[in-house]
Amino acid sequence: MAAAAMFVSILQQGDFLIASIHAALDDTEFVRFQEDLLEQVGARRAKGIVIDIAALDVLDSFGSKSLRDLAHMARLRGAALVLVGIQPDVAFAIVKLGMHIDIHTALDLEEGLCFLEEVTPGDRTGGSALGRL
Amino acid sequence: MSNHLGDKSYDQHAERTSTTTMRAAADDAVSITDDHKLLPELVAHLREHRAELSGEWARRIDASHLLHAMTQQEISSETTSVYDNYVEVLETGSVEELQRYARDLSERIIPRGVETHEVVGIVLLLRDVLARSLFSKYQDDFALLNQVLDAYEPAANRIANTVAVSFVEERERVIRQQQDALLELSTPVLQVRERLLILPIIGVLDTQRATQLTDQLLRGIRTNRAKVVVIDITGVPEIDTTVANHLVEAVDASRLMGASVIITGLSSEIARTLVTIGVDLTKMNTIGDLQSGIEEAERQLGFRTTRADEG
Repeated sequence: MAAAAMFVSILQQGDFLIASIHAALDDTEFVRFQEDLLEQVGARRAKGIVIDIAALDVLDSFGSKSLRDLAHMARLRGAALVLVGIQPDVAFAIVKLGMHIDIHTALDLEEGLCFLEEVTPGDRTGGSALGRL
Repeated sequence: MSNHLGDKSYDQHAERTSTTTMRAAADDAVSITDDHKLLPELVAHLREHRAELSGEWARRIDASHLLHAMTQQEISSETTSVYDNYVEVLETGSVEELQRYARDLSERIIPRGVETHEVVGIVLLLRDVLARSLFSKYQDDFALLNQVLDAYEPAANRIANTVAVSFVEERERVIRQQQDALLELSTPVLQVRERLLILPIIGVLDTQRATQLTDQLLRGIRTNRAKVVVIDITGVPEIDTTVANHLVEAVDASRLMGASVIITGLSSEIARTLVTIGVDLTKMNTIGDLQSGIEEAERQLGFRTTRADEG
């Protein structure tokens, strides 16, 4: 927890968790982050997660795979996940490198929360949320 | 009589040859200092005959039908100043000075429609005129002439080289500038409604332009907080696999930024091409024309447009 905690903050906002990544994480820190976040989903009974990566200028293949896996894991634990704040350069790099992130994305935190509000009410499983892509 | 004269000239020649041999032997040791002394002498000679030689040069330019885009008066004033610079560069050997002058000259004459072959041609003419004048000055002393040419030729070649390169560089700079301007103009990202952008693409899409387009699109999405983008490709004449993939990339990257993309204006030809080459467009939302595209985007954003008299 200690190492990842310095670069990631996980806050609760109603039914949702907001995880902000403040600095580039290395591979172990990403795994740590996955564990922490999934634990928090259970502990705080979260229905949705927003991951804000606005502070990241680069995202490597491991990072994007970790985020994608995290979305699937969160769905298995009953929370929808939306990734927000992808910088133009990062978006372009992800597409260029063919690392498809088949998860929900939104422009910024506000948009991400709007999206979760829209997706979660009548339908609390992340699984059908993905179906509405 | 003729015999006698012939003998005499033979003698003279023999005598001179022997001097030459002696000088040549000494040359190895002092050639550097000799060159250093020769160049100022040469420059002084060229300065002294400035009016005559530059006049001759202008006549030669006229005779060769070069620089016909310029008037006689312009040519004569230009030749005098080029002549002075030429001699100065011969004297100082400073290439930087020459480069600056050549760039300046190119900047002045390129808009007048002067071609590369003309610029190279006039510089070579001047080189020729000056060389001839040196020939006639030193014609009595072949060895000295050789040394003079040793000093003159490399400098003259360097000048011709530098002027030609500077001219071409200047032209390339102008071309690059125009290319940049075209690129700058070619991909406008416009906001038509709150959170709705349109991106009309006109002309051929190559890789460089497509990359720039995606870049501007992504930045536009961020600054305008766009939710929907309409890309209109009515003005794109043809499309191939590479370009189609660029479009797919732009759509994917926009989606990552939280904006959905509608592509409009696919001509029947482009539609046929895309299906034939098997580009997967299932992820792309395509609509017939720009108007329907904007209407669909407004619907997605929750706008409803009504006529004033109906409302």
